Amino acid sequence: MSKLTREEVLAVADRAMLELTDEEADMYAEELSTFINYADKLNELNTDHVEPMTHVLQQKNVMREDVVQDVLAREEMLAGVKEHKDGEIKVPTILS
Amino acid sequence: MTLLNKTTAELQDLLHNKEVSVKELTEATYERVEKTDEDVQAFISLNKEQALEQAAQLDNEPVENRGPLFGLPLGVKDNIVTKGITTTAASRMLEDFVPVYDATVVERLNKAGMVSVGKLNLDEFAMGSTTETSAFKITRNPWNLDHVPGGSSGGSAAAVAAGEIPFALGTDTGGSIRQPAAFCGIVGMKPTYGRVSRSGLIALASSFDQIGPMTRTVEDNALLLQAIAGLDAKDSSSSPIEVPNYKEALTGDIKGLKIGVPTEYLGEGVSEEAKAATLEALKVLESLGAIVEEVSLPHSTYALPAYYFVTSAEASSGLARYDGVHYGYRSENAKNLDEIYRKSRAEAFGHDVKRRILLGTYTLGAGHYDDIYKKAQRARALVAQDFSDAFAKYDVLISPAAPTKAMKIGEDSVDIVTKFMSDILTTPINLAGVPAISVPCGFSNELPLGLQIIGNHFDEALIYKVAHAYEQATDFHTRTPAIREEK
Repeated sequence: MSKLTREEVLAVADRAMLELTDEEADMYAEELSTFINYADKLNELNTDHVEPMTHVLQQKNVMREDVVQDVLAREEMLAGVKEHKDGEIKVPTILS
Repeated sequence: MTLLNKTTAELQDLLHNKEVSVKELTEATYERVEKTDEDVQAFISLNKEQALEQAAQLDNEPVENRGPLFGLPLGVKDNIVTKGITTTAASRMLEDFVPVYDATVVERLNKAGMVSVGKLNLDEFAMGSTTETSAFKITRNPWNLDHVPGGSSGGSAAAVAAGEIPFALGTDTGGSIRQPAAFCGIVGMKPTYGRVSRSGLIALASSFDQIGPMTRTVEDNALLLQAIAGLDAKDSSSSPIEVPNYKEALTGDIKGLKIGVPTEYLGEGVSEEAKAATLEALKVLESLGAIVEEVSLPHSTYALPAYYFVTSAEASSGLARYDGVHYGYRSENAKNLDEIYRKSRAEAFGHDVKRRILLGTYTLGAGHYDDIYKKAQRARALVAQDFSDAFAKYDVLISPAAPTKAMKIGEDSVDIVTKFMSDILTTPINLAGVPAISVPCGFSNELPLGLQIIGNHFDEALIYKVAHAYEQATDFHTRTPAIREEK
């Protein structure tokens, strides 16, 4: 029974771009440990000659021609945007 | 209100003969929803104005243009995008997200003349099996308001069971259509992976997710699947295999059909009442001429860990797009770009979503990818092989749809692993991508139980045939919760 530490959880959260408080990290350390120990169950299986399954259907790549189409009017697109000005999307300053 | 207690066939007749207008039926639906939903809390949002407008337009449609679903009310799970109507996935992250296009399924149902009444509650990003993790409200089971409706399509199941609407769309990644259908005593089908386009579905785990119909009867279910199934150029994982006529499968004749009963699905963790109801249902099917035998799916116990690791990995990658920039929620406390990502995600995602992201990121990390993720994908292959082997001998497989009846609200959130054990009968089906339905098969303390009928890839018609024969031989689907009569 291995247990994740707070630091390990914070490192995972960092990769996931998720800010966590120390209290949250402790809580998730508990919860995730339970799951990760559950992975031991899979080690009972001999999978030496088994190909990992990634998709249900054996489909080949589905290709189509790259054709320019009118999909969305600018007005419609901007309707889904929080802030816009002169037909352009406003984003927060990222360089200071 | 008597209109909404009519069967779909009766409503179709009334609409077709113009004895009732689409507008009248739509108004009656909203009247019912507004009364009943105070208690049930199935809807996240209602789009009354647009729906009434659409209904008025449909009333001008000539009778000869009216298809089998014309004018009928529909509810859509709120992780399926709807043009101009807020689509939240029950998350603060998408609280004010108004999509600019319709999901393919919605497009197809609009074309079929259905009137979309509103958006239905779910567990946040479809992660859960009780509909308690929605950021907005807890949906209640219409049979007993102290109990959960199941999840994650709990809003869809509850709205149909409470008589608010006859048709709803749900989504099923590990049992999220079948388990709430079982808890609420309705019919819920998870089609074969690829049978229905996922274009416009907010993903939980893309190689598992499938949209499917939730209805009061098997026939209604077949009609709804008919309208949404089939190849879609917008979803390259949708299948080109031809869609048969499902209604034609509802013959009632299952003589000589071979049914396998997986031993592992009636073992530990399955309640006595669920087991008893399933065995009783098998007797009914035998009396109709089916041949019932036990079968083993030996890798069943590995399905659940495989499911959790692979879906969490897919969820953590999929949810990376919610970064405070592309859509919805953006933290006001962020001072730079890095903080926008980290704080927006921290503030807008709920507890269960964060846990899956962390578990998925861990699983995909260096050092764990081979040991956990790949191992789980190999286990997945073995689980799928079990089904291929079983379907070489049997036409369908049968089990309970859920190991227990609906639990009490709050009761289930104590121990996470126990909570996830409730998925044990449904997740293997998603790993293999085969179709399965839940139909009402009994009651325990006035709470419904569901029977799961599993078929081979693209064998939905055969599943409907068995489900319909069983439904016609029993009367569980005719019982309704008291809330449907009172309101």
